Amino acid sequence: MTDAISVSGLVKNFGRTRALDGLDLSVQTGEVHGFLGPNGAGKSTTIRVLLGLLKADAGEVSLLGGDPWRDVATLHRRIAYVPGDVTLWPNLSGGEVIDLLGRLRGGQDAKRKAELLERFELDPRKKGRAYSKGNRQKVALVAALASDAELLILDEPTSGLDPLMEEVFQRCVQEERNSGRTVLLSSHILSEVEALCDRVSIIRKGRTVESGSLADLRHLTRTSISVELATPPDGLADLPGVHNAKIEGRRVSLEVDTSQLDGVLARLTEAGVRSLISRPPTLEELFLRHYEDESVAADESVAAK
Amino acid sequence: MNALAGTGLLTRLAFRRDRVVVPFWIYLLGITAIGTAYTSRAAFSTLAKRADFAASVNKNPSMLALYGPVQDASIGSVSLWKVGGIAAALVGVVSLFLTVRHTRGDEESGRLELVSAGVIGRYAALTAGLITVVTTELVLAVLVSIGLVALGLPTAGSIAFALGWFTIGLVFAAVAAVTAQLTTTSRTASGLAIAFLGLCYLIRAGGDVGGHDGPTWLLWLSPFGWMSHLRPYAGDDWWVIVLPVAFSAVCVAVAFALVGRRDIGAGLLPDRLGPAEAGAGLGGPLGLSWRLQRGSLFAWAAGFAVYGAAIGGVTENVEDMIGGSNGRDVLEKLGGGQGMVDAFTNAAMSLMALLASAYAVQAVLRLRSEETGRLAEPILATKVGRVGWALGHVLFAVVGPAVLMALEGVMVGLVHGLRSHDLGDQFPRIFWSAIVQLPAVWVIAGITVALFGFAPRLAVAAWGLLGVFLLLGELGPLLELKQWEMDLSPFTHVPKLPGAPMRTMPVVWLIAVAGLLTAAGLAAFRRRDLS
Repeated sequence: MTDAISVSGLVKNFGRTRALDGLDLSVQTGEVHGFLGPNGAGKSTTIRVLLGLLKADAGEVSLLGGDPWRDVATLHRRIAYVPGDVTLWPNLSGGEVIDLLGRLRGGQDAKRKAELLERFELDPRKKGRAYSKGNRQKVALVAALASDAELLILDEPTSGLDPLMEEVFQRCVQEERNSGRTVLLSSHILSEVEALCDRVSIIRKGRTVESGSLADLRHLTRTSISVELATPPDGLADLPGVHNAKIEGRRVSLEVDTSQLDGVLARLTEAGVRSLISRPPTLEELFLRHYEDESVAADESVAAK
Repeated sequence: MNALAGTGLLTRLAFRRDRVVVPFWIYLLGITAIGTAYTSRAAFSTLAKRADFAASVNKNPSMLALYGPVQDASIGSVSLWKVGGIAAALVGVVSLFLTVRHTRGDEESGRLELVSAGVIGRYAALTAGLITVVTTELVLAVLVSIGLVALGLPTAGSIAFALGWFTIGLVFAAVAAVTAQLTTTSRTASGLAIAFLGLCYLIRAGGDVGGHDGPTWLLWLSPFGWMSHLRPYAGDDWWVIVLPVAFSAVCVAVAFALVGRRDIGAGLLPDRLGPAEAGAGLGGPLGLSWRLQRGSLFAWAAGFAVYGAAIGGVTENVEDMIGGSNGRDVLEKLGGGQGMVDAFTNAAMSLMALLASAYAVQAVLRLRSEETGRLAEPILATKVGRVGWALGHVLFAVVGPAVLMALEGVMVGLVHGLRSHDLGDQFPRIFWSAIVQLPAVWVIAGITVALFGFAPRLAVAAWGLLGVFLLLGELGPLLELKQWEMDLSPFTHVPKLPGAPMRTMPVVWLIAVAGLLTAAGLAAFRRRDLS
């Protein structure tokens, strides 16, 4: 399977600030790829490079087999884009914008458009200035989803949607995947990423820090265990891979590196397990680990001065 | 006074945002008044020269219509005669743009909403905007009067002159405060206020055109008329100041009442529903730019048609009142060619060309506002290329002025031709005198495109350049600038039709420069990052 998007060593500077610092990203054809990172990590900048709106300073970027800066017109027929902050022309109605964007992309499916308008409960007759943030986002989403583009680039597309509409959005994206389209989804809503994405890339300060399937990423993290034992355990906290162990008599809660789970479980059964709750790492924890590293690193650098 | 909470903060914010623009305009306008007074002091050293000059201007309807009468043979009256007219209008334009920028502009962009959530009263934004603008005008007035007094002009007259400018700034800030409440976009708010300013200037011109025998009562209906009734250096009628102050107070009161009645972000007129589907015309970059630009083009065209008819209507009178050798002398000094009618037509067309350039600048700057407003991004993410998108708007800067100037030529030619019973002869001469201005207008458009391509953040500087060219053309001859300084303005190179002979080379050069600037700007835009 070929890569729909393949980025390696991407560098982009704005004056003296380095927004992207050797970023790598690969999105396989037909997958929904989550693109995650804290605010200001460079997600939108990467997307704008992919769209040919910004010129890369260094690195290789390939989009649907072409160069996004050079082959703008041919590539853009094949992609649809939803910006993170949708603005509309105040005097154009939502319906007009949807049709306009569809025509500029080279075609949209009228039946699908009507169906999407209904599912998203969007009134296309309202003028751009009359829409709320969520409704502006729906306009851009309907326009993108009704197109026959093979690659959808969605930059935090649901940040203004209510939970019901979020649900509709998730179903729509699943349908897109089932019909073989590729989706790059930048998002902060972790449940959305967990529900939709085959693989994710996490970036921080313009670099990719983690990339892989959710299962792969989980493997790198810790499982939380709360257990009630028959006898007080012994030496548990010293086992390899155990963190934050709290032992109060026979009650124990701890975190363990998922790769070291075996040894810890063996020791627990030796002590006799009365009850056990084990929780796989949530995506939140996964992120927080990366995001926190950043603030810890920042604190350290401040302290070092 | 909760409704005013945060006014001080917003005012400081406004000055912080305008720290370049405001000093620039104060400097430009101040130097215009003081510089003109300085240089004409030498040219009009004797009373005889001044009386001669005043008499010739006051007999000349074209001069009267464009700038108003010379009220007195005093040195102050004569030397500041011209800046009392056009430059005062520029004071009004700057003032209304600043007001709209700090009221509706902030509201439209959503910035006001952001600060309104803080401890900011309902009336704070409007109050802060007005304080900013009025302070600006006050500083300008103080500097101008100090400068004029320093040149040795009478103190009272200098203060009256500066106060005249101040009233114009005040009135149009107040008018803009009202229009900013009526519409939802700053573009239409400024447009309405400018249209009102044009109307006021036209009423003043109508009141002045016939000298003492004309309909002088019209002067009492226009802020520009009030300004001339202040009679700086010619008696200084201070009480007149009551009129603009009262008028501004009423406008401001209306604006505040409107703010109290409407929602943030909304205009007075409720939004109507639009079509659920796009029409066949909305299918490409040009279709979109037509939708976005047509309203402003129609409004400008209506303005040009009215001006054309008005100018055509007074052109005939010019012939009847040729003011002997003196008048001709003056006109030549003011940059006209031979023949009163021709000189008048040429002066009017040069002025309209400047206005058409203003249209061109704002048509090109639409590219920048679409870009910074994130409206270019979704379009450029489709198969539409950058140059194709940009051309959709640049086309309006090229064809728009052509439409406007052609309309102007047709209206002036038609009305004047009919009135002088010489349509066959007059119409083509006047029509071509309008059309020949276009290459210079296109150079302005080209400069704006080049700025947009090479230095997008400086794109608005095109307005400043246009202001400089306006003052160069209006005051260059009076200030006795060197030829190369005058040559900086593209308008200097336009053949002075209909009186002077047509010269092809300057026109070809202007078109070439315009084309080159536009092409270079577009090429640079293709290469640069989008912001």
